[in-house]
Amino acid sequence: MKKEFIPTYPYIPNSAPGIKARMLEAIGVQDVDELYGVIPEELRLRRGLNLPQPLLAEYELAREVRRILSKNRSCEDYLNFMGGGCWQHHVPAVCDEINGRSEFLTAYGGTSYNNLGRFQTHFEFQSQMGELLDMDVVSVPTYSWGTAAGYAVRMAARLTGRQEVLMPKTVSPERLAVIRSFAGSAWMGGHIECRTVEYDRNTGLLDLQDLEKTISDKTAAVYTENPTYLGSIESQGLAIAELAHEHGGLSIVGVDPISLGLLTPPSHYGADIVVGTAQPLGIHMNCGGGAIGFIATRDEEAYVAEFPLFLISITHTSAEGEYGFGQCSFERTSYVGRERAKDWVGTVSGLWTITAAVYMSLMGPQGFVDMGRTIIQKNQYARKQLSALKGVEILLGASSFKEFVVNFDKTGKNVRHINEALLDDQIFGGKDISAEFPELGQSALYCVTEIHSREDIQRLASSLREVLA
Amino acid sequence: MKEIRKLRRFQAPVWSEPVVMEMGGPGERGILVPESEDEIKATVGEAESYIPRQMRRQAPPKLPELSQPQVLRHYLHLSQQNLGMEENIEIGTGTATMKYSPKVNEMLVRLPQVTEVHPLQNEQTIQGILEIVYQLDMFLREISGLDRFTFQPSGGSLATFTNACLFRAYHGSRGELPQRDEVITTIFSHPCNAATARAAGFKVITLMPDENGYPDAEALKSACSERTAGLMITNPEDTGIFNPKVKTFTETVHAVGGLCFYDQANANGLLGITRAKEAGFDACHFNLHKTFSSPHGSFGPGCAGYGVSEELSKFLPVPVVTFDEEAYHLDYARPHSIGRVREFFGNIPAVVRAYAWIRSLGAEGLLESSRVAVINNNYLSKLLLEIPGVVRHYDENEFRLELTRFSWEKLKEDTGCGTDDVRRRMTDYGLQGHFMSHHPWIVPEPFTPEPCETYSKEDIDYFAAVLKQISHEAYTNPELVRTAPHNATTHKPDSAPLNDPKKWAMTWRAYVRK
Repeated sequence: MKKEFIPTYPYIPNSAPGIKARMLEAIGVQDVDELYGVIPEELRLRRGLNLPQPLLAEYELAREVRRILSKNRSCEDYLNFMGGGCWQHHVPAVCDEINGRSEFLTAYGGTSYNNLGRFQTHFEFQSQMGELLDMDVVSVPTYSWGTAAGYAVRMAARLTGRQEVLMPKTVSPERLAVIRSFAGSAWMGGHIECRTVEYDRNTGLLDLQDLEKTISDKTAAVYTENPTYLGSIESQGLAIAELAHEHGGLSIVGVDPISLGLLTPPSHYGADIVVGTAQPLGIHMNCGGGAIGFIATRDEEAYVAEFPLFLISITHTSAEGEYGFGQCSFERTSYVGRERAKDWVGTVSGLWTITAAVYMSLMGPQGFVDMGRTIIQKNQYARKQLSALKGVEILLGASSFKEFVVNFDKTGKNVRHINEALLDDQIFGGKDISAEFPELGQSALYCVTEIHSREDIQRLASSLREVLA
Repeated sequence: MKEIRKLRRFQAPVWSEPVVMEMGGPGERGILVPESEDEIKATVGEAESYIPRQMRRQAPPKLPELSQPQVLRHYLHLSQQNLGMEENIEIGTGTATMKYSPKVNEMLVRLPQVTEVHPLQNEQTIQGILEIVYQLDMFLREISGLDRFTFQPSGGSLATFTNACLFRAYHGSRGELPQRDEVITTIFSHPCNAATARAAGFKVITLMPDENGYPDAEALKSACSERTAGLMITNPEDTGIFNPKVKTFTETVHAVGGLCFYDQANANGLLGITRAKEAGFDACHFNLHKTFSSPHGSFGPGCAGYGVSEELSKFLPVPVVTFDEEAYHLDYARPHSIGRVREFFGNIPAVVRAYAWIRSLGAEGLLESSRVAVINNNYLSKLLLEIPGVVRHYDENEFRLELTRFSWEKLKEDTGCGTDDVRRRMTDYGLQGHFMSHHPWIVPEPFTPEPCETYSKEDIDYFAAVLKQISHEAYTNPELVRTAPHNATTHKPDSAPLNDPKKWAMTWRAYVRK
């Protein structure tokens, strides 16, 4: 048999010549195949995998991957006005410095003896988010806002013993799709019915009358978002929560925490469970890889008992004056309870949790206040600039945070063509929502944050003027 | 075994770092936010005037106020009090495949062509990312024999949940869902299989091992019926034992109309060796943060490639990346899709790292990584079984694949020091304490090392030498082991408050209040 040539791989130390033979000898076998003897021959793949030739040298690999990635146009290359669940904010250099630390980047779970840094930083995430939300219990975040909302809906169903959740039609369709997966199938036990409630076409706010008609003693929770997916600031939070409570249900509110320097936190208007994302807090968009979602509640035993996620609690150690950290009621989780657990938890968003903790520490209270002011002012400026264009209309009232709906019906052009034309000017126009919200006609969801300068907004307006001419 | 003459002296950093909420002082700033330009201010006026009165926050959040160097120093200290796999010989953390994540790949995913990309950008402007997603899909098809992959789940457990949703959609499409409400798993499969199947609405049947550690084929037969929705199992299981009758298992489940899902979160011993398809599976998933080198990130974000057969591909979550020989596309028009399990289409940095890792090794390299992982594991087994106090259950199976479940049962009997004591003592030697077992502990006093291909023979020898030394300590000075760690960052935490509603505190504010 021809001796096969195997190169020495830098990532595989024992591929070096001679080592394997010595190890096999120590094990007491002639050939590595003997170790695989337990796998029946009919299951063995007796041919090489059909994969591209390896790029063995690091230089070759980096060049090739860079070549492919260079086909992308990033939001540094182009001027971006898309949000819709993933938002472009400035990422402080310190955030990247910390999340690039190999001690955080390459560790996994482990105990606080080895990984106190993760335990404490995750606790500091919970603590700082608790201040933004004015709430006492915050989880170690899960995969995304949508998955957090899905879990929250299931928590509400267990807490109330009810199987129906109401939400306004303005809920992000993408998050709603996730919530529906979590809510189960109508054919099976435990299914939670997701029903939508109308919204006011003039303000974007939930239609309270329709909620009154729809809500009942079957309602486990009303889920709302603030700011809404369409950008409005929902001002009826208290009335919505009171309605839910009058019927024995809960109020769940999804929130973008970057708004909470200026906006009232949901706990002040009756929210029982708050969910949201931390992606705006120092995490790059990463083409959607920056997703992360938290759950928060009051500090009540019944609520804590229903969390599927990790909760880090502070405690003391055997050394005088030393803080310790550990998992609160770990027995809840699927790592212990398997199918008897509260849903499930697993590898979630640890590195982004650390990153968001760093971000909140950098920003402090004034940073969040300043951020809110800048975003709202730039939004209002953009709204003015765009609404001055012929045929362009801003929908859903005057009150918005970082996103707003721009309607092009009277221009006679559709969003798709407008966005394609903007692309020629190296601008990513607002997200096309004409299919998601047909009742809003040819509309796009524009996002303006602190990163947009006055010139950027003017560039958008003048480019649109040409496109629409 | 190369003689390890001297174990390293290790002392973990101790900074006695305060909680950030106690730090800093009024008025300090860590970063400034761009202010609106004067023209904007003049045009629009006060931001607050656009907020409905009841939505204006009355008092700013009580966040700490720190300057930038102080924030940086605090988190650098905390990072130093964390032990990454790059800093230690992390063989102990079995089932998790603590594999080297090449630095060059980290450099690549931190390019703006990845970080500054919005997932809703026009397809023409993300052709690079779509190409990588599509090519990784193709690679995983070849590695598994299955027909299409999605990367939407950003963790292994989200992939098993995705699978449970697919089981639901498949049986629903055939009008059989109401009666097909049972999912079968094994006790040595990862607990997320049982948990996510239950969360998706299924009843769970768990098979126990036979006396040789294999899942019981007879028990499977009796569990299968017209109520069976499907099977969700790991192989090799948590014990490192490969079930050779796996094809019989899938045939048994198929015979009653069920589907078969292969949890390949950890497939590190099997690349190019054996595939999901030939064993009869309809679906599988790979954790890109285990077998395919993306780092664990202090518990995520991970990413799973979840793949299915042609027949099931219409149920995959949207969007799916397609290629028409000219360009790559995001296909949302899939009426049978289960919808979504997460926003957007995956943890793209993990996808890029996995793609780059496979490109760097090619077919031969992947096979070599698996072979070496299995050699490493069996070599380590030889060393560990010579250590007083170590036993291995189910010893009829002479070899294991990529990991092995051992037991310190004998050590506990002889010295009173059990697996948790040893685990803490490992910390004193600069090693991440070993993973014990998922629950329940079928094997008493368990531990589960996994010396994947990242570790050199010298590393493995060192790891074994540390355990040998700890065993020796347990027999000669058990108090030393019981009271460990002695060189760690922190001391034994008081666990009582963690489960006491009057004392637990998930936030600083709750801690101060209590």
